[in-house]
Amino acid sequence: MNIPANLKYTKDHEWVKIEGDIVTVGVTDFAQSELGDIVFVEVETEGETLDQEEVFGTIEAVKTVSDLFMPLGGEIVEFNTEIEANPELVNTDPYGAGWMVKVKISDASQVEELLDAEAYTALVG
Amino acid sequence: METETLKNTALSHVHIALGAKMVPFAGYYMPVQYQGLKAEHECVRTGVGVFDVSHMGEFILKGPKALDLIQKVTSNDASKLTPGRAQYSCLPNGKGGIVDDLIVYKFDDEKYLLVVNASNIEKDWNWITQHNDMGVEMTNASDNYSLLAIQGPKAAEAMQSLTSTDLSTLKFYHFEVGDFAGCSNVIISATGYTGSGGFEIYVKNEDAEKVWNKVFEAGKEYGIQPIGLGARDTLRLEMGYCLYGNDIDDTTSPLEAGLGWITKFDKDFVNKEFLAKQKEAGVTRKLVAFELVDKGIPRHDYPILDANDNVIGKVTSGTMSPSLDKAIGLGYVPVELATEGSEIFVQVRNKSLKAVVVKLPFYKG
Repeated sequence: MNIPANLKYTKDHEWVKIEGDIVTVGVTDFAQSELGDIVFVEVETEGETLDQEEVFGTIEAVKTVSDLFMPLGGEIVEFNTEIEANPELVNTDPYGAGWMVKVKISDASQVEELLDAEAYTALVG
Repeated sequence: METETLKNTALSHVHIALGAKMVPFAGYYMPVQYQGLKAEHECVRTGVGVFDVSHMGEFILKGPKALDLIQKVTSNDASKLTPGRAQYSCLPNGKGGIVDDLIVYKFDDEKYLLVVNASNIEKDWNWITQHNDMGVEMTNASDNYSLLAIQGPKAAEAMQSLTSTDLSTLKFYHFEVGDFAGCSNVIISATGYTGSGGFEIYVKNEDAEKVWNKVFEAGKEYGIQPIGLGARDTLRLEMGYCLYGNDIDDTTSPLEAGLGWITKFDKDFVNKEFLAKQKEAGVTRKLVAFELVDKGIPRHDYPILDANDNVIGKVTSGTMSPSLDKAIGLGYVPVELATEGSEIFVQVRNKSLKAVVVKLPFYKG
């Protein structure tokens, strides 16, 4: 299980890469492996400002549908349209080309609530 | 969470050792996926794959009145069967619905095998027993038999070295009782629920692991792979085969479900009168196949809408088709919208997505 040390994580199996007030969000290696072949990612909230924990999109495997939750509150400034056309990128490169959205966070203090790699490893281990 | 104890098949430990993702299904601990659903699906469509479907139920019916009982409880005409032939059928309930769908195998005039869905074993057993006022000897052999579905266009070639039965000439829905992988009295049946050909092999539990291993040895050069229930569902759905509990159930009539071809009115059976009237009057809703035009994936229980957003039915099965790379589904709609080319809509979350009614099968090989 690949859990990069430089990222933060949520209990919903999302990863967050923090670069100033812009964060990149995706699902973890564990999540993609549990979901199986991803066939559809739908994000129609680009440009919207959502609270932490709010649903910002949906990820669908062949057999299952799962919500995507905001790891931090903020404005969705970009959706990775590459994964609309090639959803399998979420399986093959969950921390790279399979990223989902970029968020301009509204409250930097929420970052404290995220799990570090060690805590996330303990969660899925 | 399930509180009842899950049953293992004779092969559950083999699946775990292979790294399968195991899930509770119909009271059994079953492999839903090994290497990945899409790869497994593709393996069956183009090569050969093996499913452990030992959870299926097997009832043996014996005696001079066995056929009479089968004729009474099933909708298809089992009198047309000859020894070595099998037939798809269903058990109509007394209220216009379906108790279960099943396969009826004829061994001889006084011995038949009924293969039923795992989730319905007890219900079916009670239902058939209730109608057995003719002294038919019934045995529930479900816990004694393992069932391997060896499916795909290369199945016959890959398995031929394991048996003296000529697999290449065994016709669809025919079977033989013969030797297989060193075991005798194995039922080798040219049946399956994938639409890609192949066999279903019924063996005693104590032989299951040995047979499994020999199947994989023989199939190795053909790229044989274990296939989970996930791909089983996408394979059957691409063919438009009904899944009990999704597309058919206690409330759907065989005529509504497009199973008129296994509902024979020139014989007597449970609820025949009601179904005959329904046929004469015409059904008001029908199970249809559809493809989404808009982007999205239909799922079980999503509402089906008309152009004015009125709810007119429900999706009973839906998926992204691995073979066609299209979003496909089955669902009940009013009969006036059941014709090929009709435009319907599926409510996916907060949106109404356009779909078009198509002819089955989705996958044409």
